[in-house]
Amino acid sequence: MSKEWPLWEVFIRGQHGLSHRHVGSLHAPDAEMAIKNARDVYTRRNEGVSIWVVEAQHIAASSPEEKGPLYEPSNSKVYRHPTFFDIPEEVGHM
Amino acid sequence: MADNALFQFLLRMGDNSLILGHRVSEWCGHSPVLEEDIALANTALDLIGQTQFWLGLAGEVEGKGRSADDLAFLRDAWDYRNVLLCELPNGDFGQTLMRQFLYDAWASVMMGRLMTSSDERVAAIAAKASKEVAYHVERSGDTVVGLGDGTEESHARMQAALDYLWPYVGEMFDSDEVDAAMVKAGIAPDPAGLREEYDALVGKVLGQATLTIPTDTFHHKGGRTGYMHTEHLGHLLCSMQWLQRAYPGATW
Repeated sequence: MSKEWPLWEVFIRGQHGLSHRHVGSLHAPDAEMAIKNARDVYTRRNEGVSIWVVEAQHIAASSPEEKGPLYEPSNSKVYRHPTFFDIPEEVGHM
Repeated sequence: MADNALFQFLLRMGDNSLILGHRVSEWCGHSPVLEEDIALANTALDLIGQTQFWLGLAGEVEGKGRSADDLAFLRDAWDYRNVLLCELPNGDFGQTLMRQFLYDAWASVMMGRLMTSSDERVAAIAAKASKEVAYHVERSGDTVVGLGDGTEESHARMQAALDYLWPYVGEMFDSDEVDAAMVKAGIAPDPAGLREEYDALVGKVLGQATLTIPTDTFHHKGGRTGYMHTEHLGHLLCSMQWLQRAYPGATW
């Protein structure tokens, strides 16, 4: 058994209505302590109203080497952006 | 006399948080892991913050123009009124957290009672501190359970810490004429009356931590009355106060 505590990724919601945002990571023996540590490390300056923690090993991530096949095909598909509509004047800012 | 009793009571409250806060701050930069380092520094800052209120009010009640800073930095060991538990050395990390838990548990019960104090200023300080204290006791309690019910090594260290610190718990529940005056004025509860709630809380956590509370009922005293502090307080004050003593009135 490793003596290192597992790594946790920390997500904090800055205020009601916003979504949780990744703010960093930390080590903790279990989920409960991870939340306490997140409170102490990442909310000292009143940054949040809600904390999520997830063990880093449970996050599945895309690989940087696959960025070509994953993202480039959407570069040439301008018609996916809603920029081809004429907005009537009276609608104003959208 | 009534004002002097209130002054003494406020010194006891403020000196507890000041001396323990300073002790905890000694870990800054030395904790076993970064997360605990920041958590302990936060706790220390909370305690120093509470001190500013308690000692600020103490100076006001005394009426001699002394500020919280004056009371913190310009009194000598015999004028301090903290319980001995707060001034004991940090020892290892486990001993520090055990001391913290034994104090936090008392503070959580005490703040709950003080929130209904007849003195609005006392009630307001207690209301603010109670939220910090609720977090402190949860955190230190969890750590005591984690280490007590951990490895053979951590269990042995926590039991040794409890055996060393337990004889200092009783002083928090001693009563004298200052307390009697506070009870009479409806300002603060009789410390002896907090014991049952304290024992229930502490017993539950230490039970989960698989630790055994010593059965010997002897307890050290002399801190909250100022009769006799341990030899550790002078050393603590030496490092805490040297700057104001060496450069009187220095500010930054």
